[in-house]
Amino acid sequence: MPNLVRQHLIDPEICIRCETCAEMCQQDAISYDGVNVVVDFSVCTYSMDCIAPCPTGAIDNWIMVEKPHSIEDQFRWEELPSGSGGEKGSNEIEEALEGEVSDMLKAAHAGAGGETRRPGTSSQPCVNLYSRSAPVVAQVQGNYRITDPNAESDVRHIILDLGTNALPVLEGQSLGVVPPGKDDRGRKHHMRLYSLCSPRDGERPNHNNIAFTVKRVEEQRNGAVFKGIASNYMCDLGKGDQVELTGPYGSTFLMPDNPEANIIMVCTGTGSAPFRAMTERRRRTMPLAPGKLLLFFGARTPGELPYFGPLMKLPDRLIQRELVFSREPGKPKEYVQDRIRACAHPVVTLLASDLTYVYVCGLKGMEQGVEQSLADVCSGNGLDWARLRDTMRGEGRLHIETY
Amino acid sequence: MSTSNEPVMEVDYSELIPNNVDLNSDRALRRALERWQPNYIDWWKEMGPEGFQDSDVYLRTAVGVDKAGWAKFGYVKMPGYRWGILLAPKEEGRVIAFGKHKGEPVWQEVPGEYRAMLRRLAVIQGDTEPASVEQQRYLGQTAPSLYDMRNLFQVNVEEGRHLWAMVYLLQKYFGRDGREEAEELLQRRSGNADKPRILGAFNEKTPDWLSFFMFTNFTDRDGKMQLESLAQSGFDPLSRTCRFMLMEEAFHMFVGESGVARTIERTCQKMNEAGIQDPHDTEAIRALGVIDLPTIQRKTNFHISVTRDLFGAEVSTNAANSFNAGLKGRFQETRIEDDHRLENDTYQVLRFRDSRFVEEDVPALSAINARLLDDYIRDCQGGINRWNKVVGKAGIDFNIQQPHKAFNRRIGEFANIHVSVDGKLMDEPAWEGAKHEWLPTDEDLKFLVGLMHSVTTPGEYASWIAQPKVGIDKKTGDFEYVRI
Repeated sequence: MPNLVRQHLIDPEICIRCETCAEMCQQDAISYDGVNVVVDFSVCTYSMDCIAPCPTGAIDNWIMVEKPHSIEDQFRWEELPSGSGGEKGSNEIEEALEGEVSDMLKAAHAGAGGETRRPGTSSQPCVNLYSRSAPVVAQVQGNYRITDPNAESDVRHIILDLGTNALPVLEGQSLGVVPPGKDDRGRKHHMRLYSLCSPRDGERPNHNNIAFTVKRVEEQRNGAVFKGIASNYMCDLGKGDQVELTGPYGSTFLMPDNPEANIIMVCTGTGSAPFRAMTERRRRTMPLAPGKLLLFFGARTPGELPYFGPLMKLPDRLIQRELVFSREPGKPKEYVQDRIRACAHPVVTLLASDLTYVYVCGLKGMEQGVEQSLADVCSGNGLDWARLRDTMRGEGRLHIETY
Repeated sequence: MSTSNEPVMEVDYSELIPNNVDLNSDRALRRALERWQPNYIDWWKEMGPEGFQDSDVYLRTAVGVDKAGWAKFGYVKMPGYRWGILLAPKEEGRVIAFGKHKGEPVWQEVPGEYRAMLRRLAVIQGDTEPASVEQQRYLGQTAPSLYDMRNLFQVNVEEGRHLWAMVYLLQKYFGRDGREEAEELLQRRSGNADKPRILGAFNEKTPDWLSFFMFTNFTDRDGKMQLESLAQSGFDPLSRTCRFMLMEEAFHMFVGESGVARTIERTCQKMNEAGIQDPHDTEAIRALGVIDLPTIQRKTNFHISVTRDLFGAEVSTNAANSFNAGLKGRFQETRIEDDHRLENDTYQVLRFRDSRFVEEDVPALSAINARLLDDYIRDCQGGINRWNKVVGKAGIDFNIQQPHKAFNRRIGEFANIHVSVDGKLMDEPAWEGAKHEWLPTDEDLKFLVGLMHSVTTPGEYASWIAQPKVGIDKKTGDFEYVRI
């Protein structure tokens, strides 16, 4: 594998040479020779300050190259070089700049069975504003256990205050956490991604804060207790502690912004985080939207279902809840896929509409069962899931994020 | 439930009006804005885009001046658009960059001696903003696509915001006079014989979409030059206001430049498909449902020449005074390498003397307008070169050119002479006999108006214009930018 770097370029066929980008760039990486406006690879820090203010969209071009193009080269261009460096000159926002993050996201999205797109009406996501080397620092405002005190699993709702730092996020996006310190071999810890469970305008509207849903990983492995480094670090945070975050990441698992869109959400455990964010977004901005929200949420018992209380308080007008329990005493085991089959009628009615979006989030193990149940309800009702799935994925209407 | 406990409903202006000027703590300003805002909304409903006030338009709203607040996209009904008051961030320690006060700290309040001059600058700039909304109010009905319609409305709401920006300055810094001027900005009407807008080009009609693209490319580009010069101002609030407005103005340039480029692209494509090589074969080309390149050249000549008049007299004492006073600088003043006082400098100005054109050295202070006009002509040329690239790429032999500086002028050095596009002096009868070659004829305008029809299916475009290379906010081709 050649050693590729990602270079930021401006499309000279679209750019109108207004130099707004140069004005915005704090690094002075952008220059204009009277012909082309270009980015100096050696100076650009991927701050993304220039992206949003560009009036034309010419600014948002990225290319993988072995050797970056010099500004002198770029001054001479009449159009962008195509496919040089062995990879596409992509117009899509890359999901993430850092290799470890894109690998994680790739694995998490593999279940969709192909390249996904974001919903056509979703808002433009910002990604990669902060990195390992230049993280944003947030302060813990609160850390609350949201599973029953006697429940086995310890799931926590952690609220972080961003102070005056700008961190524009959308529902469905993740942030990275690198636990401080080194492992026993002296290496830095791996980064862990956590989905936001708060909507774009903050855990509390217009307060610059965000929230995560984190489950403490503590399980038997090979006869010993394994403790997840990042999750235990997060779950043990106290009020006032500082946390370094990277991101945001993710540019496809986003919600549609049109009020007519129906959203089917399927999750278990902390997979509920993005759906809490999406539901809250709907509740805050368009509680009377004609589009339906349908949530299938699985846990072992009501006491272990994160946000059980607040979820029950949501108006029926806003959301149809299908809460499913696999270990409720005295009741037969039920999994989300069982409930999807039981709800065949509403599910199929929604799937038949091209305004319907399906999101699945949770453990890898649930993926297959959920797919099978969707295939089953389809085949019993004149729909072909295999085909529908490809169509929906191609239209940005099917999103799977499992880990 | 008892109603007596309910709070009295009040419009929360700080919530309604995104701002970074601490509107909440300035009671006098809030009161003034509270009186002005309803009148503004009335004006918008009366003179804003006709027929689309209830449509959901996918608009960008600026709610802050940083990268996070700049590009908030979402569906908005235009009368509910959140017109904000946003100034570029304050630069600590900024000093006046030119004129006799060069090196002194910038002013945060209006200096008494320059009050009248500054007010005039704000009023003239402010007057152009609602004027262009008025000029463009019927265009929504013939939009060549939802994408273009959305761009028109984005331009319109931003011109509205620019009016707000100037009204903020007038109300905040110019007391009662300022408040009266702010009201009058809502009273004048583009093209109205009794109460016209202040500048000529802003009383012209914008009857068709090629005119709109030409207007946004050439006339809004004058706006860009003026804003850039005002952004240099020693009066810091004016400078900061204009710096932020420039970011929005850039989008207007984009709409114009790319609109004409897409028009040219489609014309060339259709000509090639039909095997027409001669760009002057007007009848055959128009029969393809596209706009022939000579018509585009004539429209260019017209819009560029009336816009040049907006720069005022090339040699001007007023301009010298406002430069000397530190109120209005030159284009990109801080990038120019000279003493920025210009007391002993000269600038070469093209003048008309004894029946011929001469380049004359004029005191640089008096030639501020002439220099800005030259900068404008250079700035225009960049865009025209890019249009010609589209023509060249299609293999068609045609070159769009700027007319001579003296062509079709009503103001300044050449107001009283007639000149061909390539600068040949003519008498009145010769001009009258030849001008149809260079300026759009009634027939051209009739053709253009006849060609315009509304296309409102998402992802589809009228016959005469190519689709854009990228969508707004990266939306895909069939995105429904306006829900009518």
